[in-house]
Amino acid sequence: MHDATYQGRLHYLQKQLMADYYAELTASAEGNGAPAAYLLIGGNPVELLRAFDMLPVYPEVNALQLAVKKNSLGHIQSAEDMGYSTDNCAYVKADIGMYFAGRKTPFATIPEPSLLLCNYVGCNVYLHWFDHLAEYTKKPAFHLDVPFIRTASGRPTREDIDYVMRQLHQLIATCEEITGKRLDEDKLRRAIELSSETGKLWSEIKHLTKHRPAPYDAYFDSVTMMAPLYCLRGTEGGLEFFREARDEYARRAAAGQGPLPREDVRYVIEGPPPWPYLRVFRDMFARWNAVAVASTYSTVGGLWEFGFAHDPDHPLESIAEHLLSWNLTNRNFLQRYDQIERYLDEWNAEALVIHSVKSCRLFSAGQGDMREYFTKRNIPTLLVESDLEDPRYFSEAQMRTRIDAFFESLAHRKLTASASASGDKA
Amino acid sequence: MAIQSTVSFEELIEECNDAIATIDFADAQAWKNEGHTQALIGCFPVYTPVELFHAAGALPVGLTGAGNKIEISHADSRFQSFICSIIKSTLELAMIGNLDAFDGFVFHSICDPARNLASVFARTMNTKQVEYIHFPQRIPSYEAVVYLEAEYRRILAWACTLTGRSVTDEDLRRSIALYDAVRSAIGLLYDVRRNEPHKLSTLELYALVRYGHVAPPEKHLRILEHALEYVRARGGTPKDRARVVVVGSFCEQPPMDLIASIEQAGCYVVDDDFLLGRRFFTGGIADTGNPLYDLADAYVHGSVDSSVKHDLGHSKALSLVQRARDHRADAVVVLTAKFCEPALFDYVLYRKALQEAHMPHVFLEFEEKMWLFDKIKTELETFVESLLFS
Repeated sequence: MHDATYQGRLHYLQKQLMADYYAELTASAEGNGAPAAYLLIGGNPVELLRAFDMLPVYPEVNALQLAVKKNSLGHIQSAEDMGYSTDNCAYVKADIGMYFAGRKTPFATIPEPSLLLCNYVGCNVYLHWFDHLAEYTKKPAFHLDVPFIRTASGRPTREDIDYVMRQLHQLIATCEEITGKRLDEDKLRRAIELSSETGKLWSEIKHLTKHRPAPYDAYFDSVTMMAPLYCLRGTEGGLEFFREARDEYARRAAAGQGPLPREDVRYVIEGPPPWPYLRVFRDMFARWNAVAVASTYSTVGGLWEFGFAHDPDHPLESIAEHLLSWNLTNRNFLQRYDQIERYLDEWNAEALVIHSVKSCRLFSAGQGDMREYFTKRNIPTLLVESDLEDPRYFSEAQMRTRIDAFFESLAHRKLTASASASGDKA
Repeated sequence: MAIQSTVSFEELIEECNDAIATIDFADAQAWKNEGHTQALIGCFPVYTPVELFHAAGALPVGLTGAGNKIEISHADSRFQSFICSIIKSTLELAMIGNLDAFDGFVFHSICDPARNLASVFARTMNTKQVEYIHFPQRIPSYEAVVYLEAEYRRILAWACTLTGRSVTDEDLRRSIALYDAVRSAIGLLYDVRRNEPHKLSTLELYALVRYGHVAPPEKHLRILEHALEYVRARGGTPKDRARVVVVGSFCEQPPMDLIASIEQAGCYVVDDDFLLGRRFFTGGIADTGNPLYDLADAYVHGSVDSSVKHDLGHSKALSLVQRARDHRADAVVVLTAKFCEPALFDYVLYRKALQEAHMPHVFLEFEEKMWLFDKIKTELETFVESLLFS
């Protein structure tokens, strides 16, 4: 079994920082804190909100926290009583259920929004979600419309960039109106500098899993780092956390320490985790000494490991670039295949696991095609289904059987290959 | 084909039904082989700026899945069980070769499965051209129009590469005028059904509109005009039926037998959102001298409500209540495709607004591939009876 304490100080620091963040949310909810701006993870432009001293609130993070703390189902069912379908995204349902339950959670009281910033970055459910929040809260809402990557170049068009830039200026005007403050350009620049440094450190951390053994699990441990990456990016505390993380994992890489006693399998994983059963799911891989060396899910908020960094000299331009190009959600499905191929090649992984979640069709729709694509390239590929939020869709026994069968066949394949290689030599 | 005056209305509808019943797109292919068009472009729902393709010399053909006429045996390995049927049946058509005659396909930012389908299509049909239009969601705004005009210019350039033609503003204006005439004729037919629903059944109207998915607009327009003459002259008196507005079927289409079931259950459908993309505007397209701008402006400032369009300053739910009242409807039937997230999300706000307005409604789900309608018909009959006693 894996060493649950290997993260040491880092794990403690993350918990402390997130507790402080949630205390800020509660203070805001009680009228003693900064005005809250709801926004979404995909390519989040949090730096702009930081420049106005607005408190970023991510309904996705709140929803997943509810699931991790086994607190999502009741809220999901409350939302279904309101008319939401079992086929609607369960993140939305948990969030709406929680909203009507008084916004009280085991980790914080979530403040009412002063601004609903729908950064529409790929996910169409984002639009519906924030339309509904606008209807229920009657608070100011802003749709930041980010054109999807759809050209052969894999880059936004000049008009896409202009369109987003114009909207960012309008967003600034909206924030000025809500907060009663003019944009402090020095503050924005500082937030961008901090994000830039944070992004570079996160990129370094991502590349550390190229070591063998990988010093941490790029799925199960990356998700621990994703909360500070979004909730605290653009702050000194957030930057400090990533310095610690980089140092800790670099030290472990140099010492040849991994998250498990042995690293038998290096795999890439696609899709969000089943938050209600995160530990159970993790153990299903750990018992096979399988370590994720890269994950697509950890790039929903940004793709720093492939070269992006915010530019303090061009703050708005780099926010636009982040929204448009440098996150997984705004890239097309085939670009995700390319991303996975890079991981398989450059991170030296031997298998792909696709966790297909019903709630998030942005991720899941078409993953059967993805499986076919990689299988034809002789990459052992496993596709398993459950959900990221709704515990009713997780069948532990079935999941375990599928994962066991996959790693067993992988082990057999290695043995056969090795025997065949010995035979060839003989 | 010129419409013969000897053709009866029933024969006209039969011609439409025959054309839309097939899933081999033989008519479109024949049209192309005869040299009437340089290219066939398949257009996934909901709305496509078909004028661009027509002006470029292509025939825009509506892709609306395969209904219950096909068994999905390939595409279900690509898309999961919780993905709506139209995604899979459209891909299935491609995988079994029914779309081989097409030169290009266009998808839009309507939902996440359709978005990913564009990519899977590009990989599956690797010798075909696949385009994707990102429709703006910052509505209404001037910058959305500027953006969309550029997007249309990009798509027009792509269409021209398929046909080998160049397009002038005059070509575009002619195509816009033609499709405007089609939309106007459809609007007049909808008016007839709204005011005198006994003169035009929803099944007939549906066939007339859907015919435009597979026929050239010039021919479609002649059929619509001819149908209009007929239905205006039709006699009869209205029956004692519930007047209902049907919403939620803007993308995947219910089987025609299901549409018939609504009427058989004792309803007059006085408004609906079937095939919404073919009548997407509230009025005609303006002519300011820049046709691409005009078309973009019509989308941003002059288009109808849709579950795939988001305008924060406008409540679609309240608008639905008003629409039902304007149509003197007794109730609203929310008829959504199974797994259609945009429709399912909108339903929650519709339900709230309809309840607050004391407007009766019923929620029903369908799949294009369903072929038994007894249960849904019984539900509707019970609902209609409840209206009579309320």
